[in-house]
Amino acid sequence: MKTFTPEIDYGNTVISISDLYKSFGSNHVLRGVDLELHKGENIVVLGRSGTGKSVLIKIIAGLLKPDAGRVNVLGLEVPELGPVALRELRMKVGFCFQHGALYDSMTVGENLAFPLSRNEPKIKADQRQKMVEIVLDAVGLSHTIDQMPAELSGGQRKRIGIGRTLILRPEIMLYDEPTAGLDPITCTEINNLINEVQRRFKTSSIIITHDLTCARATGDEIAVMKDGTFIKKGNFEEVFADNDELIKEFYDYNFTQ
Amino acid sequence: MESNDQPEKPVISKGLDAFFTNIYDIFRFIRRFFREVLRPPLEVKEFIRQCYMVGYKSLALISLTGFITGLVFTKQSRPSLAEFGATSWLPSLISIAVIRALAPLVTALICAGKVGSGIGAELASMKVTEQIDAMEVSAINPFKYLVVTRIMACTVCLPLLMAYTALVGMAGSYLDIHLNEQTTLMAFINKAFNDISFLDLFASFFKSIVFGFTIGAVSSYLGYNASQGTTGVGKAANTSVVVSMFLIFIEEIIIVQVVNSIR
Repeated sequence: MKTFTPEIDYGNTVISISDLYKSFGSNHVLRGVDLELHKGENIVVLGRSGTGKSVLIKIIAGLLKPDAGRVNVLGLEVPELGPVALRELRMKVGFCFQHGALYDSMTVGENLAFPLSRNEPKIKADQRQKMVEIVLDAVGLSHTIDQMPAELSGGQRKRIGIGRTLILRPEIMLYDEPTAGLDPITCTEINNLINEVQRRFKTSSIIITHDLTCARATGDEIAVMKDGTFIKKGNFEEVFADNDELIKEFYDYNFTQ
Repeated sequence: MESNDQPEKPVISKGLDAFFTNIYDIFRFIRRFFREVLRPPLEVKEFIRQCYMVGYKSLALISLTGFITGLVFTKQSRPSLAEFGATSWLPSLISIAVIRALAPLVTALICAGKVGSGIGAELASMKVTEQIDAMEVSAINPFKYLVVTRIMACTVCLPLLMAYTALVGMAGSYLDIHLNEQTTLMAFINKAFNDISFLDLFASFFKSIVFGFTIGAVSSYLGYNASQGTTGVGKAANTSVVVSMFLIFIEEIIIVQVVNSIR
């Protein structure tokens, strides 16, 4: 459970998705998805593997093009953006990949400095170094600055991945399976970090997961996805009071077994 | 919106559709390279790093192969020339063979194996571990940073490596000729370069530029578009070498035909 009350501005929608469809050949992944993310809010998208959760955030980040539907992020229609406008939008949207996706050939410090040096070339090297140190401190891994990604544990890689997105000070964070493959203690650390990011950096987030502990700890709203569409939305208690078979299975698997 | 669960029908056949789609994708990939190559930022630091990887890191292998090629070719040619009492023609024969054909081809084939597989595997592993997507969502142009720099490095370094291979090959040849015919270095150089024209040098450099571009473009394309996890990495590395070598031989035949028609 959250230890703080998030400041959510329900009058300010940062992501608005309506009637979104996406197929890969004959595989219809998203079938009419509707979603609204408000400023300061964390929405958790729950669902089994292969239901289109990751596809949804890849469309939001402009990595994939939808077949139909509207995807409005910070007032901009993502599928209609040209390369320059998309680049500008991406500086405001942080994307944390499932396995961190750190650049293998760079040290941790270089991984963090890289997006900054490309997008903010006017920032001087010493100032950049300071910003890297601040972000590393925020994710609790200051000592890893000169290490290579191969030397880090799975949890550390994910924390550095989150740090790398934070360095551009995004308004929106997209987390793809942030706790997948981690032990329960590291999962709790990551959940706390997601909440800390929301509190400290005032971000709005979409968290893709099938881990209910993560969903309960980080989500202000839960949206359950099944067969490419949301079958239930609401806070944790509302969603899991439902009698849907999938929702019951999820709950039983995570908390009863 | 209606849901259509029927698999999409191929336009011609599944295989031919995939083949033509691939050709179109390669064309778009190369067109994008030319569009982005001079567009700022120029990624000079990464280009220099790639030149170091392609050029400097290949020197040991190139030196060994070039030297042995020159030496062995001289040893193999001597008996045939000796039958006609024409061993004095060896420097001239070797220089023509090395500069016109062997140096560009040997350098390109070695680089296709060493550099091509390296680029293919590196980009493919970046692709399957989502590092390329990570660059894209960080508002960085991964094509410019990863692909343009690698193709440019191959295109610039191959002619330089070719010149070095030729030099080392000639040194290997000189060693053998000096030990057997007691020819001096000056005499060797005089004889060796007597029959080499500007067109020979130009054609060799031009060939190397084409070969370098081919290796860079093919391995970058296959790595950048890899899929299927770790299997895709191996496949990209392997296919980079095979396709690069195949294209190098085709280009060699075409360029030799054109140069011979000019000669």
